Amino acid sequence: MSGRLAAAAVQNRLAEADRAGLNATLAWSAAALAAEADRVDALPEPGLLQNLPVAVKDNIVTTGLPTTCGSRILEGYRSPFNATVIDRLRAAGAMIACKTNLDEFAMGSSTEHSAFGRVLHPMDPTRVPGGSSGGSAALVAAGVVPVALGSETGGSVRQPASFCGVIGVKPTYGRVSRYGLVAFGSSLDCVSVFARTVADAGRVLGVIAGPDSRDATTLAASPIVVAHAGVSLAGTTIGVPREYFPGDLDPGVRAACDAALLRMRELGAAIVEVSLPHSSLAVPAYYILAPAEAAANLARFDGARYGVRAPVAGDLRELYRATRGSGFGPEVRRRILVGTYVLSAGYYDAYYARAQTARRRIAGDFAAAFASGVDLLFTPTTPTTAFRAGEKTGDPVAMYLADVFVCPASLAGLPAMSLPIGRSEGLPVGGQLIAPSLAEAKMLSLAAVLEGALDPTAEVRR
Amino acid sequence: MIWETVIGLEVHVQLGTRSKLFCGCSAGFGDPPNTNVCPVCLGLPGALPVPNAMAVRLAIRAALALGCRVHERSIFARKSYFYPDLPKGYQISQFDRPLATGGRLLVDSADRGSVAVSIQRLHLEEDAGKLLHDRIPGKTAIDLNRAGVPLAEIVSGPDLHSPEDARTYLTALKQILVYAEVSDCSMEKGSLRVDGNISVRRAGETALGTKTEIKNLNSFANLERALAAERDRQIEILERGGQVDQVTLLFNAGTGSVRPMRSKEASHDYRYFDDPDLPPLVVGAGLLEETGAELPELPSAKRLRLMSVYGLGAYDAGVLASERPIADYFEAVCRAGADPKGAANWIINERGEYPEPASLAELIALVAAGTVSHQAARKIYPELAGGSSPRAVAERLGLLQVGEADALGPWVDEVIAAHPDEVRRFRAGDSRLLAFLTGQVMKRSRGTANPQGVQAMLARKLEGS
Repeated sequence: MSGRLAAAAVQNRLAEADRAGLNATLAWSAAALAAEADRVDALPEPGLLQNLPVAVKDNIVTTGLPTTCGSRILEGYRSPFNATVIDRLRAAGAMIACKTNLDEFAMGSSTEHSAFGRVLHPMDPTRVPGGSSGGSAALVAAGVVPVALGSETGGSVRQPASFCGVIGVKPTYGRVSRYGLVAFGSSLDCVSVFARTVADAGRVLGVIAGPDSRDATTLAASPIVVAHAGVSLAGTTIGVPREYFPGDLDPGVRAACDAALLRMRELGAAIVEVSLPHSSLAVPAYYILAPAEAAANLARFDGARYGVRAPVAGDLRELYRATRGSGFGPEVRRRILVGTYVLSAGYYDAYYARAQTARRRIAGDFAAAFASGVDLLFTPTTPTTAFRAGEKTGDPVAMYLADVFVCPASLAGLPAMSLPIGRSEGLPVGGQLIAPSLAEAKMLSLAAVLEGALDPTAEVRR
Repeated sequence: MIWETVIGLEVHVQLGTRSKLFCGCSAGFGDPPNTNVCPVCLGLPGALPVPNAMAVRLAIRAALALGCRVHERSIFARKSYFYPDLPKGYQISQFDRPLATGGRLLVDSADRGSVAVSIQRLHLEEDAGKLLHDRIPGKTAIDLNRAGVPLAEIVSGPDLHSPEDARTYLTALKQILVYAEVSDCSMEKGSLRVDGNISVRRAGETALGTKTEIKNLNSFANLERALAAERDRQIEILERGGQVDQVTLLFNAGTGSVRPMRSKEASHDYRYFDDPDLPPLVVGAGLLEETGAELPELPSAKRLRLMSVYGLGAYDAGVLASERPIADYFEAVCRAGADPKGAANWIINERGEYPEPASLAELIALVAAGTVSHQAARKIYPELAGGSSPRAVAERLGLLQVGEADALGPWVDEVIAAHPDEVRRFRAGDSRLLAFLTGQVMKRSRGTANPQGVQAMLARKLEGS
């Protein structure tokens, strides 16, 4: 199929999704799609991702479409350069299909905090698709695009992947360049991938991964090569951290995880219980560290050089106050305030320094588990299935706790993924795999086996 | 009451790289506004910093020149504050883990002899942009050409005890940094900037008094004036029984006085934290060794060597060692065979473009041999710039001293023949007439003859015949 045909097909599906009111896209155009199609058709040789339409979270900069980060403050902003991941996708023959809706500056767990309206869950419009990469998750789940880029700071791809019933893969921190990913929590941010199959996720990840001279934190690591999926898990040891199966875990989620573990045992895996004792520190530590970095990262949005500038008559302070006060939404303002506070003179040691210590302990827990002979960890991705819109918007802490199982791997910089393992009351349940640093290939290989062994659309029996 | 002044300086020098600290943009000076900018130094969304290896190298070189310990791992940190010349809303600097610490610089204090001033730290940081208030009427424009230009901040200990010493320290620091080719240290271009910390205490006390900081001291003279003004202000307050407030001050060069900055300008909580975009800066043994090998002989060592190797006095050696190109030139002239003392005299006293070392060496040799007079040599010197040989110039200008019998003989014979009366009186014993006759020969030679030679030949011819 030529690029033109692929572009026309995705254009129809995007239009249909918009008509259905999914609100998953922030920007796309027939003209931009046509240009992409012509470009890939003109490539001298077909690439690894030839003609593949990719939806891109709107905090990854693109020259062809605006980049708003779901914020008023960047409304209409057009980047003069492409993110490294965009360059790599395009060079491999992929087409940038659209920019997707997100929680403003990727801060949120439901995609309700977008300045441009909430994204609907594709299977139940009263529910959220998760977040912050909810637009990308919804488009893949709705079959509009086969793959999409999202970004993770504290689980923003795995959590919506779980809610929407698709695959979401977060690589090792530093595996994929952050150049062109609008920074939120720079020590945590990872460009991540949504897909409907493990193979597609692996292919896209393989293309975007690798060192980048524009990002000093990228790692020089051997490429991700996913072994051809067998059917046996013999010789594989799966660790099950007990802290991820608390008493109040949603019964449907628990049942789906139990069924998946049973299946893994049947396939020959050894299942062992492990402990990650500092897990409960993850969300509190995350909500100190990420806002601290965010407060600095978002300081550049001051109305002086680009983006929206509030009309003011007063002095410089008035300009900053008016621009930032009206340009940022309430969740972003909350995190900037928290981040500013925890780094303030006299509070640094009490908050930021302690959170760093917690982060090291969490990473130490994982290191100890993997050193004990565990190949991969298996946990539920989220404590519940997709919740209802509005259910947690009035209670930030309840919203933050939706990320309780995804935050720890982010803090440890480890590769992790969510894959659909069943349904509870009709809604997808995600299982999470967490791997040692740079062991994406091993993680994806195991996920491919599970993908073939589980029916993600089957209702779990409790 | 006797007061002791305590001063420490914070000096920012622009590292002499072609490109900026975290991007490839030109670090050049004087280009049209906002022409040397890119997504990184503009702080555009998604852009990331990548350290410039050359800037790191120059900072290491500066640290080694100042005898600092260069740390194997140092950390870039974000220093947050809002200002329109700061595109990211934070400056990438180094905070609690600087590149280097614990150096020292020897300076000649006016009243304390040679003293060691400690260098507390040297760290890398990026410069901010510049606000232009005069380009667009009623508006402030921003020029971000300078944003991201690499700086080394060099902080001295509180070891200076007078404004004069502070100036001497800054002079020595500049000399060493220019020498090591770390920076051109031009205050006019802003590549050398200095802030002063100053306090006073009763003589004999060991605790430091409350200090104030004076910003933007934009010349050596103003550094000294501002510190003197602030010292006097503090002493006056203390003598009245008052207390010095810890404030940041600005120096007004017009009035020669300091004034406090508005508290808003001065009170910042910079909220430093390690920059997650930049891994620890690792300086391995290899890089340290390589950079050390690039370090030239420094001024103090050079001065001592010029004294011992060439037998120069301390003053001459000091003047020649003050600038690396001058010292190099001096040594080249000596290598070309010149007498060191003569070479030093010429180089110290002559200004403007120096001739080829071999030319100057030849000129010095001509004077020493009596071939040209010193007076004549000064006329020859400016003609050497184009590469001409001194002897050729002397010939062209008719400045060769004529001492050889061949050339003198005819003139002497002519003079003896033309003045029979005077010759007879000289032979009769009036020896004063020798001077007259010598003068007549000099006249005929149009001044090129060597007077001693003329006199000797006249005496020989008149007395011998």
